[in-house]
Amino acid sequence: MKSSSSMKWFVSREGLYYLGLAALLVVILPLVLDPFRLNMVGKYLTYAFVAVGLVMCWGKAGILSLGQGVFFGLGGYCMAMFLKLEASTPEATAIQSTPGIPDFMDWNQITALPWFWEPFHSFSFTLLAVIGVPVLLAFIIGLAMFTRRVGGVYFAIITQAIAAILTILIIGQQGYTGGVNGITNLQTLMGWDIRTDEARNTMYFICVGMLFLVLFTARLVQNSKLGRILVAMNAQENRVRFSGYNVAAFKIFVFCLAAAFAGIGGAMFTLIVGFMSPSFIGIVASIEMVIFCALGGRLSILGAVYGALLVNVAKSGFSESFPELWPFAMGALFIGVVLAFPNGLAGLYQSYVMPLESRVFKRNRSTVKTGGTPSDAKLSADKDDDYDSMIDTYSPEKS
Amino acid sequence: MSGPKSMTKDFLLAVEGLTVSFDGFKAVDDLSFYLDPKEIRVIIGPNGAGKTTVLDLICGKTKATTGSIKFDGKELTKLKEHQIVHSGVGRKFQTPSVFEDLTVFENLEVSYPKGHSVMGALAFKRDQEVIDAVEEVAETIFLTDSLNEPAALLSHGQKQWLEIGMLLIQKPDLLMLDEPVAGMSVTERQKTAELLRVITRDHTVLVIEHDMQFVGDIADRVTVMHQGKVLSEGSIEHVKADPKVIEVYLGH
Repeated sequence: MKSSSSMKWFVSREGLYYLGLAALLVVILPLVLDPFRLNMVGKYLTYAFVAVGLVMCWGKAGILSLGQGVFFGLGGYCMAMFLKLEASTPEATAIQSTPGIPDFMDWNQITALPWFWEPFHSFSFTLLAVIGVPVLLAFIIGLAMFTRRVGGVYFAIITQAIAAILTILIIGQQGYTGGVNGITNLQTLMGWDIRTDEARNTMYFICVGMLFLVLFTARLVQNSKLGRILVAMNAQENRVRFSGYNVAAFKIFVFCLAAAFAGIGGAMFTLIVGFMSPSFIGIVASIEMVIFCALGGRLSILGAVYGALLVNVAKSGFSESFPELWPFAMGALFIGVVLAFPNGLAGLYQSYVMPLESRVFKRNRSTVKTGGTPSDAKLSADKDDDYDSMIDTYSPEKS
Repeated sequence: MSGPKSMTKDFLLAVEGLTVSFDGFKAVDDLSFYLDPKEIRVIIGPNGAGKTTVLDLICGKTKATTGSIKFDGKELTKLKEHQIVHSGVGRKFQTPSVFEDLTVFENLEVSYPKGHSVMGALAFKRDQEVIDAVEEVAETIFLTDSLNEPAALLSHGQKQWLEIGMLLIQKPDLLMLDEPVAGMSVTERQKTAELLRVITRDHTVLVIEHDMQFVGDIADRVTVMHQGKVLSEGSIEHVKADPKVIEVYLGH
């Protein structure tokens, strides 16, 4: 029963979309791209983690965070600290005045490893921290803001301020953080050289695997009652509150979920790119992440992945030929999305491509459908269209 | 002050000395009233009398400056909104507030009193019990045929019923309705009166309403409010004959 229902999912419309994305990322791109370009795509995909988190947090629940770079950065820095410690063995750093500590600490006259670096000798601690540190910070921010009913623009501004604070803190504390250069010169992961083409290739596939894990988690939440409460909360917060829900708890949950996704993305970024620096976590980076999400369609989990990919492909294409024009193009893109197609690519797809698909699909569907009580069928048919209706019933004047 | 009245009898709701002041303006001023179990009480009064504020205070949307609200022996003024809901108070707002992005079924399902914590909502399963409860309430509120429609497509009156249904499925002991027939057509009004009669068989109901005929149809007792205070209280006939009420509200 279980396997037959999951089989059914794979031939459903939504299942095919996921299969399509998997085919693109796992088969097509690795076949047509050289290792350098594939590595670039891997880097873009790490932003998709953040964008998916934003779909849940902003698109569904209406909580706009302009500081997702913070969580991305924290995840990335946790991983970078582990890799840096592994690269800073006493033998490799013998020429330093204090061997065995990261090189930038030595340059800043620090003579002992700071206490908060110590646990990052352990890989399992690092993996926990990649998710745990961003979630903890998101929890504290959420607790402070949402229980006081701070929301909307005020919340967005505060998250943006936090992004600025973290950047300033990292740059200012050069001896502990590597400053503006970030944490560089990362070489091996548990003895495995991550700089080779082969390792980067493997890392790409790990990244894709993790992304699908995140996508399925997001989908699970979206389709649970919690997902419906998030959407409900966005439009009628008081009604949710007076239906017996602790609204703040749900907001904190979804904000932490988005932070966890961003943290995983950041860690994958460090592994794929080979370093981490404050430029990836500040205000500009955080706003770009919102644009990935908006362009893909802020209500569509899969749209966010395509949004992150396309904006970044456009960005590197543009920057290669007209580097000075990119910021303008990016700004125009964002204005265009907001004015012309507020539901992003997913919304365009829904209004122009889906009607064509539907014709083909309806023909197949009618021959497959069997069994179930009438009311069962009615409810499950409704369920099948959930993904579509999420986009369908969205109206731009909200939020 | 816990007045002698609350000592002598078991009231479902005892509001005593309730005051709320917004920057010095007392929207509700030393208000006291008592609801018996299964009673239908209607609050009437001119605009700005503080009627909606009273409901806001009971459901926790507004915090009282002083005074006490005892519901079923519990002090509500110290509880958070969702805790007040869990102790058995349901509130319908003046303008229909339903979840337009969700279907009628989902609207009722979200209101079903199970899985209210974050983890509970994640693990919530749509089992037969839930489906039965939703279908039962849908029948009561005349929306059986619209279960799979998005709530956005309902008429104004249907949205009002849906919101009442969302309260009913919570199985509250006290239902508070803020102008349930405002903006309804004549037929919708009649159906709503019918709906309220069904509801009042096993709920205590507190209603704010302006339509005097509707009030006469449903009320056990009427409380007239004026400038944050109780002006008059009693049966509809008693209230209608009260010269003070005629002066400020009903007109000559």
